[in-house]
Amino acid sequence: MAWRDAKASRARLLLFMASIILGIAAVVSIQLFSQNLTDNIQRQSKSLMGADFRIDINELPSERAQAIIDSLKPDASEVSFVSMVAFPKNDGTKLVRVRGLQWDFPFYGKLETEPVTAATFYQTLGGALVDATLMLQYNLHPGDSIKIGEISLPIAGALNAIPGNTAVATSVAPLVIIPYRFIESTELLQFGSRKRYEYFFNQPNTNLVLLEERVQPMLEVENADLDTHISTSSRLGRRYDNVGSFLNLTAFIALLLGCVGIASSVNIYIKEKIKAIAVLKCLGASRKQSFLIFLIQIAGIGILGGIIGTAIGVGLQELFPIVLKEFLPFDLTISISAQPIIMGVLLGLVMSVLFALLPLLRTWYVSPLEVLRVNGETSKQSRKASYVAISVIVLFLYAFSYWLLRDWLFALAFIVGIMATFGILSGIAIGTMRLVRTYFPKGAGFTTRQSLLNLFRPNNQTVVLLIAIGLGTFLISTLYFTKDILLDKAEIGETSENANLITIDVQPDQVAEVENTFKANDLPVLDNIPLVTMRVHSLKNESLNKLRTDTTSQIKGWVLSHEFRTTYRSNLIDSEEIIAGEWVPVQKKGDTIQISISENLAKDADVSVGDPIVFNVQGVLMPTLVKSIRKVDWANLQPNFTILFPSGVLENAPQFNVLTTNAPTEASSAKLQRDLVTKFPNVSVIDLRQMFTVVEDILNKVSWIINFMAFFSILTGIIVLIGSVRTSKYQRIKESVLLRTLGAKNKQILTITALEYLFLGILGSLLGILLALVSSLLLAVFVFKEPFTPSLIPFLVFLPGISLLVLGIGLSNIREVLRSSPLGILRKNT
Amino acid sequence: MTKILKINGLEKTYKSGSKQLTVLHDVSFEVEKGQTFSIVGPSGSGKTTLLGLAAGLDTPNAGTVELCGHILNTLNEDERAQLRNEEVGFIFQDFQLLPTLTALENVSVPLELQGAKHAATRAKELLQKVGLEDRIHHYPSQLSGGEQQRVAVARAFSNSPSILFADEPTGNLDEETGEKVIQLLFNLNEEAGTTLVIITHDLDLAARTQQILRLKGGKILTNETTAVI
Repeated sequence: MAWRDAKASRARLLLFMASIILGIAAVVSIQLFSQNLTDNIQRQSKSLMGADFRIDINELPSERAQAIIDSLKPDASEVSFVSMVAFPKNDGTKLVRVRGLQWDFPFYGKLETEPVTAATFYQTLGGALVDATLMLQYNLHPGDSIKIGEISLPIAGALNAIPGNTAVATSVAPLVIIPYRFIESTELLQFGSRKRYEYFFNQPNTNLVLLEERVQPMLEVENADLDTHISTSSRLGRRYDNVGSFLNLTAFIALLLGCVGIASSVNIYIKEKIKAIAVLKCLGASRKQSFLIFLIQIAGIGILGGIIGTAIGVGLQELFPIVLKEFLPFDLTISISAQPIIMGVLLGLVMSVLFALLPLLRTWYVSPLEVLRVNGETSKQSRKASYVAISVIVLFLYAFSYWLLRDWLFALAFIVGIMATFGILSGIAIGTMRLVRTYFPKGAGFTTRQSLLNLFRPNNQTVVLLIAIGLGTFLISTLYFTKDILLDKAEIGETSENANLITIDVQPDQVAEVENTFKANDLPVLDNIPLVTMRVHSLKNESLNKLRTDTTSQIKGWVLSHEFRTTYRSNLIDSEEIIAGEWVPVQKKGDTIQISISENLAKDADVSVGDPIVFNVQGVLMPTLVKSIRKVDWANLQPNFTILFPSGVLENAPQFNVLTTNAPTEASSAKLQRDLVTKFPNVSVIDLRQMFTVVEDILNKVSWIINFMAFFSILTGIIVLIGSVRTSKYQRIKESVLLRTLGAKNKQILTITALEYLFLGILGSLLGILLALVSSLLLAVFVFKEPFTPSLIPFLVFLPGISLLVLGIGLSNIREVLRSSPLGILRKNT
Repeated sequence: MTKILKINGLEKTYKSGSKQLTVLHDVSFEVEKGQTFSIVGPSGSGKTTLLGLAAGLDTPNAGTVELCGHILNTLNEDERAQLRNEEVGFIFQDFQLLPTLTALENVSVPLELQGAKHAATRAKELLQKVGLEDRIHHYPSQLSGGEQQRVAVARAFSNSPSILFADEPTGNLDEETGEKVIQLLFNLNEEAGTTLVIITHDLDLAARTQQILRLKGGKILTNETTAVI
């Protein structure tokens, strides 16, 4: 019976199915992709690091550290630092990360170069491997030379990939690999420059867990760190798990949207079947039998939708490695695993049955008397049964979110968030219907009144359409606004008072000459900031060693091992604001040194105003007192500091300087960089204008991925929209035909329908954009801590675009009425 | 007498699967202005199709329909709609009221479509005439079958039509209610001089009209004047 009945309503049931197909496809493709990612990370664990384990340290190892490293017998080592390089061929200069490699690294995975042989001969013949994109940008070829500090080396080849590096990471500072033996002659490893020493080990038989347990604490004391390929890959796995969870949630929203579509379509479907159910009951069908007829239909559709959605999902996941290529430090091999596929089919079944449950329950309570009623009220279903059904739906949604997020609190927040959004949208939809009914414009023209009546007519789709349109618009607008906030945050002030070129690592004896070079280029010196490096020796009178072994300590590890770059001055700058204590501009003689620290350091070091900190300033212990805490706007791309000393303390300490200027054009910036690199090879120049382009590029890539996911929700929204509109098609057609019979012209029918859908489209998309405004404002205030100036694009593009789309779908519905004769349709539908 | 409806050589065929089904074959007749006219015949004889073609709800495969001096074949859909709106009234067996409109609004629709200013006043008068003055704000679902059909009658006369087509107007009503509705139709016909074309199975009702057209298998069996004057 279920099958026979379904055959008769095939077209309608196919539309229900379409609502969930995309949602299932999205969930399955992301599940499969996440699974593949985890498998790949585990399988490629060693080649991700290139070694079994490594030790890294941000300074030349102490004697004790060196002894520990030597005792483990490293198989390769490197030193890396950021520096300017020059390309004499075309006078180009660029800030790069130089890696000086010693011996044969990597042991797992490989250096991918062009030509392939360059990966091996660059060591023997003494050449440099240069990031492939950089070579393209500067039109460089193997054989051209690169000037690094005091030496020039021939370029051996283009570097395409090295284990453990992502394309995005290298877009900020591209890689240049040279043999370790040349590092010293570059003369770039001077005092003050930031460098990193790494030692790689090829020891497959070592018990890595035991090694980490025993050696890590010893190395920590010496400010060094040991990483095994297992710990690195599990850290990487966790990082991608977070990305996976986010993508999963977006897919889940698409699926939920589809389910709302199912619930609404089944609601109308069952309403139309009430008579048929009553007839069945008259003929002796039991409640269970009539309920099962429709339950089996929906379950069948769910399974079929699950299978089709899963098949599409399997195809779609092939796209993800292409989309995410730049963010993955390895090549992703795609394979198909059983779990997501079974889950996809089950999800189709469970979600469609659950969401159809509420309307399906009505079949249970249909009285056989309905047969005799012409236009009677349909039977009321039990309130208790409805509550049980709603509870089951919420519980399932919670359980599924928990399964995706593995965190009960996040899952709860997600469910509450989703319910709030759905609640707000449906609340406004219901409110709108009441408002239109209460303040019905009785004096308006016939077509306007008729179109407004359609909004709260029986079997109306107002709530579902507003949810579908609103949610879709909300998602894309939020993504758009958020992208805007992030881009604004990274934007550099284009006024001449703002620095856009920062020179770092300027030695004290070079300051005057660097300043002269600025002036020779007609560029002002905006800042000249002295830097003094130091480490924490004790915090609140507790020694470093004691703090490291104290398991109850609230202090973050980085505070204890970080080399702080501090400065001193007698004034605060724009990006700083005192939030606790009192700012001391000049140190009084005889007092303990009174410093100011940033808010984040106060939190991570668990110190407050009045707490003592002793610093180790290149061997000299310096007791200080925290006198004030500053809020620092780190997004402001100017030199900011966690620790600030008053004037009169550090003037004679070993230091180096940072000088900034504003180069009005790219050409003047390039010329200054060339001059500086030629004269002062150790000085690095950060070009903020270029940096901004990189940040924008990364954000564009991220937003592309997010848009890709939002696409599922939007497309599902459109399908639900088409489904909802088509479900009410027959009723609308019948009424339009009746109007035609009574003498309505095509234009009048068209206007009635157009006004109705235009109203729904405008209200839905406006609601979505307004909700997005609120959520983006909250994000701006609480997460990004940035002022929020909303872009007009969602209002100017999304609002009319989506409204027109809804209008188009609505009008396509009555095409049949406009094309054919009233009698034909009147007969077909009666 | 002036002819309000002239049907000449009307043919209508429908596609049924791969076959062509002829529903009307060479049908010709005329209806005089102000006349009461009935079309009778067994189910499937083509009565409703004939009514649809005569009212311009569909187009014939051959033959012509002249309604109120207009040859329908030469008019497009919008022009036919305008003609219906100005000259024609309809009553259906299953009432065909718009469920979202009240009785008053349903009756106002034809006038509203014309853009008439006093649609509501005219609708109220008509509802008063059919005895529903205290039900004007009720929705169709709140009215009985007889009341719904009376609303439909009021709607049919709201635009003061020259001709009214009624398709089995008493088919869904009990005898007593049916009689009331028929009485109403004839009274309005008398008062306003509206031509009445009624499709019916009820031979007693047909006998009360001035002319009876009998259809069978899409062809005219007889077209007789009755004793009614």
